[in-house]
Amino acid sequence: MTLNLDAHIPEGPLADKWTNHKFDLNLVAPNNRRKFEVIVVGTGLAGAGAAATLGELGYNVKVFTYHDSPRRAHSIAAQGGINAAKNYRNDGDSIFRLFYDTIKGGDYRSREANVYRLAEVSNNIIDQATAQGVPFAREYGGGLDNRSFGGAQVSRTFYARGQTGQQLLLGAYQALARQIHLGTVTLYNRTEMLDLVLHEGRAVGITTRDLLNGEVSSHSGHAVLMATGGYGNVYFLSTNAKACNVTATWRAHRKGAAFANPSYTQIHPTCIPPADEFQSKLTLMSESLRNDGRIWVPDAEADNRAAADIPEDERDYYLERKYPSFGNLVPRDVASRNAKTVVDEGRGIGPLNNGVYLDFGAAMERFGVDTIQERYGNLFDMYERITGENPYEVPMRIYPATHYTMGGLWVDYNLETTVPGLFALGEANFSDHGANRLGASALMQGLADGYFVAPTTLAGYLADWLGTDPVPIDDPAFTESHTETQDRINRLMSINGTHTVDHYHRELGKVIWEDCGMSRNRAGLERALVEIPQIREQFWTDVKVPGDPNGWNQSLEKALRVADFMEMAELKVRDALHREESCGGHFREEHQTAEGEAQRDDENFAYVAAWEYGGEDIQNDAVLNKEPLEFDNVSLTQRSYK
Amino acid sequence: MSNMLNLTLKVWRQDGPDTAGQFQTYKTTVADDASFLEMLDYVNEELIEADEIPISFDHDCREGICGSCGVMIDGRAHGPQKGTATCQLHMRQFSDGDTIEIEPWRAAGFPIIKDLVVNRAAFDRIIESGGYISVTTGAAEEANAIPIPKHAADAAMDAAACIGCGACVAACPNSAANLFTAAKMQQLNMLPQGQAERYTRSNDMVERMEQFFGSCTNYGECQEACPKEITIDFIAMMNRDYVKSQLVNRRRLGEKKVG
Ligand SMILES: Cc1cc2nc3c(=O)[nH]c(=O)nc-3n(C[C@H](O)[C@H](O)[C@H](O)COP(=O)(O)OP(=O)(O)OC[C@H]3O[C@@H](n4cnc5c(N)ncnc54)[C@H](O)[C@@H]3O)c2cc1C
Ligand code: FES
Repeated sequence: MTLNLDAHIPEGPLADKWTNHKFDLNLVAPNNRRKFEVIVVGTGLAGAGAAATLGELGYNVKVFTYHDSPRRAHSIAAQGGINAAKNYRNDGDSIFRLFYDTIKGGDYRSREANVYRLAEVSNNIIDQATAQGVPFAREYGGGLDNRSFGGAQVSRTFYARGQTGQQLLLGAYQALARQIHLGTVTLYNRTEMLDLVLHEGRAVGITTRDLLNGEVSSHSGHAVLMATGGYGNVYFLSTNAKACNVTATWRAHRKGAAFANPSYTQIHPTCIPPADEFQSKLTLMSESLRNDGRIWVPDAEADNRAAADIPEDERDYYLERKYPSFGNLVPRDVASRNAKTVVDEGRGIGPLNNGVYLDFGAAMERFGVDTIQERYGNLFDMYERITGENPYEVPMRIYPATHYTMGGLWVDYNLETTVPGLFALGEANFSDHGANRLGASALMQGLADGYFVAPTTLAGYLADWLGTDPVPIDDPAFTESHTETQDRINRLMSINGTHTVDHYHRELGKVIWEDCGMSRNRAGLERALVEIPQIREQFWTDVKVPGDPNGWNQSLEKALRVADFMEMAELKVRDALHREESCGGHFREEHQTAEGEAQRDDENFAYVAAWEYGGEDIQNDAVLNKEPLEFDNVSLTQRSYK
Repeated sequence: MSNMLNLTLKVWRQDGPDTAGQFQTYKTTVADDASFLEMLDYVNEELIEADEIPISFDHDCREGICGSCGVMIDGRAHGPQKGTATCQLHMRQFSDGDTIEIEPWRAAGFPIIKDLVVNRAAFDRIIESGGYISVTTGAAEEANAIPIPKHAADAAMDAAACIGCGACVAACPNSAANLFTAAKMQQLNMLPQGQAERYTRSNDMVERMEQFFGSCTNYGECQEACPKEITIDFIAMMNRDYVKSQLVNRRRLGEKKVG
């Protein structure tokens, strides 16, 4: 171990840590803020929230996105909702309970202090978004409405129809637009970060490619905030937007930022099963559907009767049967794994026997079709558009798909990575969800990091650099990164092989899904560690990237991203292999209870695995560093949702 | 189970903003449960393997929410299915033997970048001019302090559903952006939180819009093309607010002079 993994957790009781820390942190006075240049990469909830807030505070902000507009970030696709500990329902919720549920849901693999802070600022997020005009759902009395979500026994989820992420992102985007208008923030759209620039060991800028004209440029700043999202597309098929990728975080990793828990991936239980070979991505049906939908498969194998023809007593409502107290609302990992089990048993439904039913028949009888339509109308429409089936008449078919990545850049309590001056926010960091993320908590984390945490902690870092200029972009630190990036582009363009980038991406995805997906074992992981380097080798000798690098070139964009996925995938599998326990989304078949539930090993694995980049031979060169996790406020129990 | 469709595609190919473009014809066979963009992916794979340049098109979420995608399909923005963005359109809407014409959005406010990709930055400029409520992070009051009647919240959400794809502009014979601007503006103008800036917002957004886009003459094509089925009633509301803003803002100007 060579890295310093001091998490800088403030002293004091859990509930006072953030307050104490805010007081102890150095500040930057209002008149000094404009002397700082801050680079923010990403305009999702985390990035747009941070860039807007830093602009409001008076910093000079440059914000980057590969999208044409900040509003298109992947956050826009979140459907279900956002948690907060408002306790508007008077059902016993509190900051501590939200903290507790999130720690427990993460299977005790996250840091207490960070998670508590998340719960603490959750209420400010709802206030902020409401003031921005986010049209959250309301009750007839005019107050905010809530619904319940998987993994919790209270109703604490705020939502805006089935478009919560869209509305929260537009709120953050509009706050950002205001700052762009006021001139505190400069927007670089259709600009992709391809490298992080270090000077004397700290982050001082980035190297980018302009997607319109292909120009590679350098940008310098006093600090770099990366809010570049997750790496779920390493699987090729996932619910993530097509362009989501690992390049920013992986390039930062190669420059010294530790990558934490890359094996932790969330497989979402309610997605539409793949229809055929053309499938380009998978569509999530919001988890909120599990509030009213009942999940079942036929008792018998290969029962290809229509759902309506299968009588009640020949159906297996397996979640209700196995988990009477949580039923269909068990956490995502539990729901996903159980779906895989019944499909593997041969009881899958649909034309390819690759799904399970999510049935609203009973709910429609109980509440009426209108209520169900009011609650889920747009989701039902979306389902029908994709499958050609009407879920008011036949049950939905669902199956798990990759959805969210809990792993990410290691950060301390200040959201600073192991590279000084480099901060990671939102899904790009590993900080709050442990080995499994509860529903409606990623939006909460993205906005907590962006609006409230990073703008505060960044000042603590910047205060030391008052009076210094950003490193000039003709410094060798920048010119070397520029040259390396240009070389990488030239190399990809010159291969001129036989297969497309997508071809290799799909090949990689198949291996990872098969051997490092919902359930993992040593033999499979070892096989993947042989196959991934082979695919990577083939990619670098046989990929075909058509067109001109000095102009708009979507194939090149993809090639640069897939090249980084190839390397990252290897680290992900390496991490999964080393973690000889099951926890949250990481299920090792060797480690399960007699009933087939995940079996943690707190004695040996209650730590964050923070991998340090060691060299091109990823699986052998990567160095494992451990941050032990200490729990003073919750007792570690084996999760039980029975 | 899926059926295979044999299709002829006439696709607009254009190298860059300043070059001339033309239709190119391609033949392909796809399953009817593929999405429209999966069909284009498939054509692109074939083009690349045949040493040709793939067709550029914008897309990302492929769930009808990010607003990245959008092409004219047989002369209709987002194609034949109502309330459906291009990425959600599935090939079962077409028949074996069809010829499909695919073009980019055509509007002076949306210059072509390449093939089917256009530059929609003008929409961002409209939002920057006033499409927000000025509330600094941390300055918000308790969320339940302002009760908002359910019908107002619902109406605001109807407007807020806009995905900023630009289909409304592409469908409009005048290339007007009134539906987009009205939806964004009225979401905020209808809510209590949005009142303080209501008339400056109305004025600024309309004036910025007019710098990029044509004038609305009430064809109503925009609401037909909108993948979120946003109603042109919002345009009427915007027009009222704009007219009123001319009076209110002038009066405020007077107040400023006196004060
Ligand atoms: C279908 C779906 C539904 C979901 N539903 C919910 C839900 O109901 N509740 C919930 O809490 N969570 C939900 N999630 C999870 C949640 O939406 C995401 O985790 C969260 O929005 C991530 O936000 P972010 O700001 O970290 O990143 P993103 O929104 O992914 O933004 C990343 C940004 O970084 C930019 N970027 C990335 N790399 C680069 C680069 N190299 N150069 C320049 N720019 C770059 C992108 O352009 C983008 O602007 C859902 C996720 C999916 C897939
Ligand atoms: S790709 Fe996002 S709306 Fe079509």
